Amino acid sequence: MKCRVCKGPAVVDVRRHNANFCSDHFLKYCREQVERTLREFSMAEPGERLLVAVSGGKDSLAVWDLLLEIGYDAEGLYIGLGIGDYSDESGRYVRAFAEARGAALRQIDLRADHGFDVPTAAAVTNRVPCSACGLSKRHLFDSAAVEGGFDAVVTGHNLDDEAAVLYGNVLRWEADYLARQRPMLPAGNGFPRKIKPLVRLSEREMAAYCVLRGIDYQVEECPMALGNKHAHYKEALNLTEERSPGAKQAFYFGFLARGVDRFDVGNSVGADADRSTIGRCTTCGSPASTEICSFCRLANRAGGAEPVPVELVRKR
Amino acid sequence: MKVLLRNPRREVEVDGPISVVKLLNRFELSRESVLVIRDGALVPGDSILPDDAEIEIRPVISGGA
Repeated sequence: MKCRVCKGPAVVDVRRHNANFCSDHFLKYCREQVERTLREFSMAEPGERLLVAVSGGKDSLAVWDLLLEIGYDAEGLYIGLGIGDYSDESGRYVRAFAEARGAALRQIDLRADHGFDVPTAAAVTNRVPCSACGLSKRHLFDSAAVEGGFDAVVTGHNLDDEAAVLYGNVLRWEADYLARQRPMLPAGNGFPRKIKPLVRLSEREMAAYCVLRGIDYQVEECPMALGNKHAHYKEALNLTEERSPGAKQAFYFGFLARGVDRFDVGNSVGADADRSTIGRCTTCGSPASTEICSFCRLANRAGGAEPVPVELVRKR
Repeated sequence: MKVLLRNPRREVEVDGPISVVKLLNRFELSRESVLVIRDGALVPGDSILPDDAEIEIRPVISGGA
């Protein structure tokens, strides 16, 4: 296996581009893909302040590293979700990365700062844990970005993530969600701009990037997310990808080029149900479609409950 | 050789030498969904692994929503 660029020994294969790379040229390829994505979708201008949502997993640490390498002023925000040892360990990877890079890191602890954690919220609401978790993260990242005067919130969603979400949305013809599945959502109605600079890179490429850059990350799966639908959609897409390299990229980028505008007819609501309204939460002041926003309602409900350890939460 | 698998973390013994492709087939793993790592370095897909190697097969699929 030889590097496509320098013909030296290759360490990574990228089958959808029919290319192999040595370590140096693979890292360069990743940087170029991110720079191209930032430009193509008008995600960020040089000099803008970016808030990176970091979990301790490979994607968020990789995107943070890439943005710092490219020269962005990129600060991390880590949220301690209270998912037992998994969260403790994830936090350690994030802090070690920030320390090694001398990068600024903000930290929020859901239990200490907001009176609840994800396992308790999942038990109290009797919904899938990923639902309470996603809602909390969106709210806290958005408000931290707006309050901190950041130009955009960055997330580490990669090509596999976006293709899997698209697959799920197409299976159910979720027209509102399809209308809003874009790698850049502009700021508006009190919400910050949201960008996904990794959409041109696969999950496997991001793991390889971390190994080659010596970034230690949380390899174990979140105990509350095991076996969820999202993972199942990824498996299904990878079966197709194996027989037909490039299928995931064609599916997702074809949708962006020729599909999303057909769904986005100006009145869609999508994942942030609160985004289409101009009301404000009477408790926290965040944008909301109801008197109290969904995060404050969750905090009120789960905050009064006896803490539930992660092992006792029923997964669905 | 020692092979470290994840989710859950466990170690298994496999007889070498063996090619990366055969090793992945033995565990019914798709090459799209894992990386093969030896001594902190990535192992190219066309390699043959010697019997005394210590290998990690690291999944790359994360399931969070």
